[in-house]
Amino acid sequence: MKILETKNLTKRFDGVHAVDRLSVGIEKGGITGIIGPNGSGKTTLINLWSGMLLIDSGEIIVGETEKFTRILPHQVYFYGITRTFQNVRLFEQMTVLDNILVVLTERNVFSSLFEKHTEYHLKKAEEVLQKIGLWEKRNQLAINLSYGQRKLLEIARTLAMKAEIYLFDEPFTGLFPEIRKVVSGIIRELKQESKTVILIEHDIGLIRELCDYIFVMDEGRLLTEGKPEHVLEKREVIETYLGE
Amino acid sequence: MNLVVGYAGLLSVTHAAFYGLGAYTTAILLTSFGANFFISIIFGIILAAIISFLIGTVLSKFKGDYYALGSFGFNIIVFSIFLNWQELTKGSLGIPGISRPELFGVDFSNNFNFLILVLIFLGLIYLVSRFVVNSSFGRVLEAIREDEEAIQVFGYSTLYFKLAIFVISAGMAAIAGSFFASYITFIDPSSFTLMESVFILVIIILGGLANLRGSILGALFLILLPEILRFVGFPTDIAAQMRQVVYGVILILFMLYRPQGLIGEYKL
Repeated sequence: MKILETKNLTKRFDGVHAVDRLSVGIEKGGITGIIGPNGSGKTTLINLWSGMLLIDSGEIIVGETEKFTRILPHQVYFYGITRTFQNVRLFEQMTVLDNILVVLTERNVFSSLFEKHTEYHLKKAEEVLQKIGLWEKRNQLAINLSYGQRKLLEIARTLAMKAEIYLFDEPFTGLFPEIRKVVSGIIRELKQESKTVILIEHDIGLIRELCDYIFVMDEGRLLTEGKPEHVLEKREVIETYLGE
Repeated sequence: MNLVVGYAGLLSVTHAAFYGLGAYTTAILLTSFGANFFISIIFGIILAAIISFLIGTVLSKFKGDYYALGSFGFNIIVFSIFLNWQELTKGSLGIPGISRPELFGVDFSNNFNFLILVLIFLGLIYLVSRFVVNSSFGRVLEAIREDEEAIQVFGYSTLYFKLAIFVISAGMAAIAGSFFASYITFIDPSSFTLMESVFILVIIILGGLANLRGSILGALFLILLPEILRFVGFPTDIAAQMRQVVYGVILILFMLYRPQGLIGEYKL
């Protein structure tokens, strides 16, 4: 079953096609990699899926039934989509704990006024912070964390959500091997829980290791798709992506 | 204002306008209709809430510096209305003869009773503000301040949150305006200029953004400072100017060396 699709999706910036009539379908419950050289439109695609950019033309289909030609950022949560960012975007002058608690609580303005975080919220926050080893730093401001810890906290923030689709934009970039293992473990766990992970990554080794299926993009278009072991052997992929 | 600027990160300088709306509502209702002071407070809150809802909807389309500029514009418009709608506000002549409050036979015309009443309201507003900032709503406001786009992806329609806090804080400013009108017993537009909004902004920045006690501390500091400077012994012909200079220098030093204010939790 396709959980997330695009049909002829197009996004232009000043006349340049960042995503150009792209049609792809993501299978439910697996890890799908999106690779391609810099500027190939990978992050633009994730921004379109998460409502952070408006669609110029084409459509996004969630769960084979919900079709959108326009979706706003706050709406994607209700379709079970969550994401991380290529450049970490935490709530810097809030504590590590508050960075998690804030996504656990009420979305409705009026209800949120009369809600305080409960034991349930704290437990859930502890669970995700323990998983990434940041529980001890829960009272520190996010701005004071190291780069690796910040990346982990951003992933933890998505784990705190009851999402079905996780969009991870280069989650391994700049991480030490130890932390890379933690992130790989989290992604594998999500797969075991039948969640769908969409991973933008430049490290081909990680793509081979983690992904069930990959899409290769170039200049906003789909170059090819398939299982990593097949796709990464293709001549055009090697030429375009690896530059060999 | 700290709820809007410190917690939600919206650099708004509209507060003198809402403060003025509260003051004029009280002044007009008391002098022209003989209404009770406490009823006039309620009308002031309702008027400020309606206008803040409308202007907040427009301002929410702006971000950062543009938000601040938009709020500048609103304050100037309201000031111009106070000045030029002579039939209602009496323009620059102002409205004299505003009475002091009276409730259940308790007369607040002496300053001590009035002080007690103001302190009671200050306490109530502080408790309401604390309730707001300690709720999940307060945490979302802080997240909006930190990264509005990022918090939206987690399902929060930030427009409604920004609008709600703008309306709440406008209502609070209107209460302050009602007390001001009744205390001074005379109001004219000069009390509600853009500079008043800037002064309130300085109070909360100096006291500490995103810290409610900081707002009170900032107000005490900036209100009492000129009084303390009277005793420094500046020559009488330049005393007033020198007090302003010292006042300005202290502000600059704070901005340079303690941008989070006296007890603030957030740096602009």
